[in-house]
Amino acid sequence: MRNALRNVLLALLFAPLAALAAGGSLKLDRAPDRSTDPAALQNGAKLFVNNCLNCHGASYVRYNRLQDIGLTEQQIKDNLMFTAEKIGEPMGISMSRKDAKEFFGAWPPDLSLIARSRASGDGSGADWLYTYLRGFYRDESRPTGWNNVAFPSVGMPHALWELQGEQAMGADHQLTLVRPGKLSPKEYDDAVGDLVAFMVWMAEPQAQLRKQLGVAVLLFLAVLFVVAYALKRAYWKDVH
Amino acid sequence: MASTNFEKHKPDGSLAGNVLEWIDARFPLTANWKAHLSEYYAPKNFNFWYFFGSLALLVLVMQIVTGIFLVMHYKPDASLNAAGVPVAFASVEYIMRDVPWGWLIRYMHSTGASAFFVVVYLHMFRAMLYGSYRKPRELLWIFGVLIYLCLMAEAFAGYLLPWGQMSYWGAQVILNLFSAIPFIGNDLALWIRGDYVIADATLNRMFAFHVIAIPLALLGLVAAHILALHEVGSNNPDGIEIKKHKDPQTGIPLDGIPFHPYYTVKDIVGVVVFLAVFSIIVFFAPEMGGYFLEYNNFIPADPLVTPPHIAPVWYFTPFYSILRANTVNFFWIDAKLWGVIFMGLGVMVLFFLPWLDRSPAKSIRYRGPIYKSALAIFIVAFFILGYLGMQAPTPVYTIISQVCTVIYFLFFLLMPWYTRIDKCKPEPERVTK
Repeated sequence: MRNALRNVLLALLFAPLAALAAGGSLKLDRAPDRSTDPAALQNGAKLFVNNCLNCHGASYVRYNRLQDIGLTEQQIKDNLMFTAEKIGEPMGISMSRKDAKEFFGAWPPDLSLIARSRASGDGSGADWLYTYLRGFYRDESRPTGWNNVAFPSVGMPHALWELQGEQAMGADHQLTLVRPGKLSPKEYDDAVGDLVAFMVWMAEPQAQLRKQLGVAVLLFLAVLFVVAYALKRAYWKDVH
Repeated sequence: MASTNFEKHKPDGSLAGNVLEWIDARFPLTANWKAHLSEYYAPKNFNFWYFFGSLALLVLVMQIVTGIFLVMHYKPDASLNAAGVPVAFASVEYIMRDVPWGWLIRYMHSTGASAFFVVVYLHMFRAMLYGSYRKPRELLWIFGVLIYLCLMAEAFAGYLLPWGQMSYWGAQVILNLFSAIPFIGNDLALWIRGDYVIADATLNRMFAFHVIAIPLALLGLVAAHILALHEVGSNNPDGIEIKKHKDPQTGIPLDGIPFHPYYTVKDIVGVVVFLAVFSIIVFFAPEMGGYFLEYNNFIPADPLVTPPHIAPVWYFTPFYSILRANTVNFFWIDAKLWGVIFMGLGVMVLFFLPWLDRSPAKSIRYRGPIYKSALAIFIVAFFILGYLGMQAPTPVYTIISQVCTVIYFLFFLLMPWYTRIDKCKPEPERVTK
């Protein structure tokens, strides 16, 4: 009886996880993990500042934080800092909310946390961004002329179209490249991988430190367990 | 306490006693140490399930300490900053990014909230396994249920503070429930919110509840819970009273051992294991796959955009399922009000558990097959309700949740009957290993 109860409890504990893993509707492509690759993160930062930071802010991220991905203050000032005077300022934009609403119909959301908020049962936020940024296609029925597989009726036009070129949606619901861009499809996927890696970094800049610290903390607790258990055994020797 | 030394001096004029004696003459330090630790006799046969009381105390202390540091940097302000982000939301991200070690403190606090419910649910389940709520521990149990109620209020208020989409819309759903109450409902909901919608006024009062009002009540109840425990003594996995067999000379229960040092050193082992599990979550999965920190809560609260699917955090979902299971208007009362009534009853029924249980045996070890099956079915139903509370409702899910809601209440309401007819085994005289 006790074992049966235990098995039922265990099965129930894992049932929600299994259901979550089974996921939902949209099939997301898996983003490459480049969270520990400084070159990829720096290239991602460059792509982000040049292509995204004109309309979208990253207002929780300060420019000097980019030192964490291996850049010097001077490199940041010279190459990336177009929207601020001082290195300690956040990565904001100069477009006003009112203007943005007029231009696009909606305020382009701040992207600081986009890699965390876009996570779902379908996949991580990185997977969603990776699919989204490679999923634009021409759709003349949309005001911008663009639509997206991951975000139907998206308000944003394809900001990276010069790099990717133009895709079209076939009758078989597959995307085909109809006009090539500056990058080959393989190069474009690679660039988006870097950009997504940077956005993941931006959403939680201390994530690497967190994991490293976690290993140290667990090692300490393992040692503490041995000591605590020995202490318990020693005290409980005379309890029968 | 006759050894008062405040007038005793040695011939040379110096004090006769030591510092401890000086204190004991003025404050019952040694007496309390003995009553609650070194001469509090606990049964020697505690098992795995008995770790969770001390762990709940540990998590309480951890929540208070991390909470103090969070309040130093958090700003309960729903107005928008220059970048168009609510100040409260931005201050949480400030803690995560710019406050030294702020991310660790915040993750400890957010994980601690879920950990609190994990240990408290296991602690309550222990009481149901071994009949710890039975006479003479009824008040001890009632204090415990009050702590659980406070904890729910504390978690609810705390969840609003980051002012994300789930904070906002979750609070919207829950606070709107008050408007289902006939006649006074709408005015009551307005009075609680302090505005016509969830707004700055709501955020500020939830902040007040979260950092001072509820923690004060919580601490008082925890003290009462422990005092009641030490008055009646701990139950044990055999569900028998160790005070029945005392050493005739010393008056110490034969199956009792002093809490300190025996259970203090044992609980340290439990604490280390708990901290290891806790650290794995804090350092490697602080969002816990969306169960501890919901993904939607990384979007600032937006009163104009309703998320497609609003789900409370996991520890509320069994009761949320009971709320949603009520879909029929009945006796001129609207389904929503039935939902609120049954959700409230679902918690309130716990208060009556000591008097609903009529079994001759306390512990599951000596109870008959009927109670064992009833408890197993109840736990399964509770887990299913918890799972369904996280899912978007479908017709099939609604039927399952209705069945489980009925099971939940039948477990309690039929208890006086099925515990009496159950075939219990005889309880032993002394505790077993």
